[in-house]
Amino acid sequence: MAALFEAERLHKRFGDRVVLEDVSLSFPEGGLTGIMGPNGAGKTTCFNVLTGRFAPDRGRVRLAGRDVTGLPPRRMARLGVARSFQTMNLFDQVSARENVMLALPAMRARGFRWWRDATGDPALVAEADAVLDRVGLLARAGIVARDLSYGERRALEIAVALAARPRILFLDEPTSGLGADGMARLAALVARLKGEITMVVIEHDMRFLFALADRIAVIHWGQVIAEGTPDALRADPWVARSALGREP
Amino acid sequence: MVPRPVPLVTPGMLALFAVLATVPFWIARVGLYPYLGVEIVIWATYALAYNLTLGRTGLPSFGHGAYFGIGAYAFGLAQLHLWPSLWFCLAAALLAATVAGAAVGLFISHRRGIYYAFMTIAFGQVFWFVAVKSHALTGGEDGLLKIRRLPVELGFATVPLDGNDALYWFALVAFALVAVLLWRLVHSPFGRVLNAIRQNELRAAFVGYHVWAYKLLAFAVSAGLSGLAGALFAMAQTSAFPDVMSLHWSGIVVMMTLVGGGLVSFWGPVVGVVLFFVARDVLGAVTASWMLWFGLMFMAVVMFRPEGVAGAWQAWRARRAAASRAALASAAGD
Repeated sequence: MAALFEAERLHKRFGDRVVLEDVSLSFPEGGLTGIMGPNGAGKTTCFNVLTGRFAPDRGRVRLAGRDVTGLPPRRMARLGVARSFQTMNLFDQVSARENVMLALPAMRARGFRWWRDATGDPALVAEADAVLDRVGLLARAGIVARDLSYGERRALEIAVALAARPRILFLDEPTSGLGADGMARLAALVARLKGEITMVVIEHDMRFLFALADRIAVIHWGQVIAEGTPDALRADPWVARSALGREP
Repeated sequence: MVPRPVPLVTPGMLALFAVLATVPFWIARVGLYPYLGVEIVIWATYALAYNLTLGRTGLPSFGHGAYFGIGAYAFGLAQLHLWPSLWFCLAAALLAATVAGAAVGLFISHRRGIYYAFMTIAFGQVFWFVAVKSHALTGGEDGLLKIRRLPVELGFATVPLDGNDALYWFALVAFALVAVLLWRLVHSPFGRVLNAIRQNELRAAFVGYHVWAYKLLAFAVSAGLSGLAGALFAMAQTSAFPDVMSLHWSGIVVMMTLVGGGLVSFWGPVVGVVLFFVARDVLGAVTASWMLWFGLMFMAVVMFRPEGVAGAWQAWRARRAAASRAALASAAGD
């Protein structure tokens, strides 16, 4: 599989703290790549650099061969890079439907129109509802995001990212805070999306990653210390020693 | 289940405009006076325009008096030095305030929260200072005097606005137009994006919106419409003074907006303006320290009902709806 998205020798420091050091990653088209590592290892910073929140100090980021290093989030989003957040980042005071609607490219295209009503537009409503249906939230479309259950909010996070019709989807700890039941439902959702869309998932839950990922990269101390298929990683002495690859 | 489109003009809005149109016929009978109506309608226009930044986009602008004042001066200067036509002078006020708002927006739209607030105050003070000091242009503290209430030229007829009743109806038409415009705007895609930015600027950027440009535009539109209100105010006072541009008066429009409930309701700012002016006249007739009582009311609102009068009204209606649903359910159970 050809790489859709590549990071080449990324460096990032905050003050005198080096957070990413010589990180190279490559995400093949259509695949699901897992990223794991302990807290504070630099996983989320890595996502932030890959999706445009921070520019790297050195290194290159490429999307489908095009250099996108240091582009701001809105440009990345328009090029087809979407992400969800570890701590939830929704538009809390509007309905689940409007959350999704806001992320639709069709809505973005008419963002500067200021006379016709937005929320009653049947085309936008239909498109938003189709996305909600994909994540199993259609029945809850009219509920204000703040009033959804925790698990539903997690699913809505993904729906908002999906609504942008991305070429690549970055999920930052999608199961964070979920119970066994919610975790199973979210795993099923990710499994459904796998193959339809290229995904990169940061995850603490090893069972989740080892079951779903094609390849996994392990980040520790801001470096990629191991990378390979789940099977290869299970056998990797580095991973075994750092107690990261052990299944619970 | 599927949301219905928001109507262009709601029946409630038409009713409000109709009731307001009758004010000159009874305001004197309830012990008040026609000029109060003029003030209320002009400041209601200003507060609605202001709330596009604070309530809608979540931009804490604390120096908005600058744009209200710029509109007033632009109206006066255009009339005294360029062309004494009502439409031209109103357009000049709208344009001057929009340009000033856009220029300031260029410098502040990448900020948020307290930094944004401080920069709006700093720019507001700059404009106020210029108005006070540039004697030759604005008349300084003495004000720009001899501004006329220009007649409305409609081509087929000319309507004089010298009387307070005539000016009231003209200001009411302006208020209605601004209200309908802003009502459309907040329900349009543009307005929904502003609302999204208020709730979560980071996420708005990550779904692809140019947050900076939206904040800049919202600020410029709000400043421009505030300037239009300022032009009407210059007509009402037949002069323009720097004090409305001061930090003090910029704070008062914030207070009106918050007391009325601008954070949760489109009409909240209007409620706040009515409360403020009626309090000034009714409390002011009893005690010279009426501002103390209004200030205490403001503090009570912030402490106990941060959503303001409109928020309290919404909560009361929600409770009633829940109670009647419960009553229905128990009746069905019997």
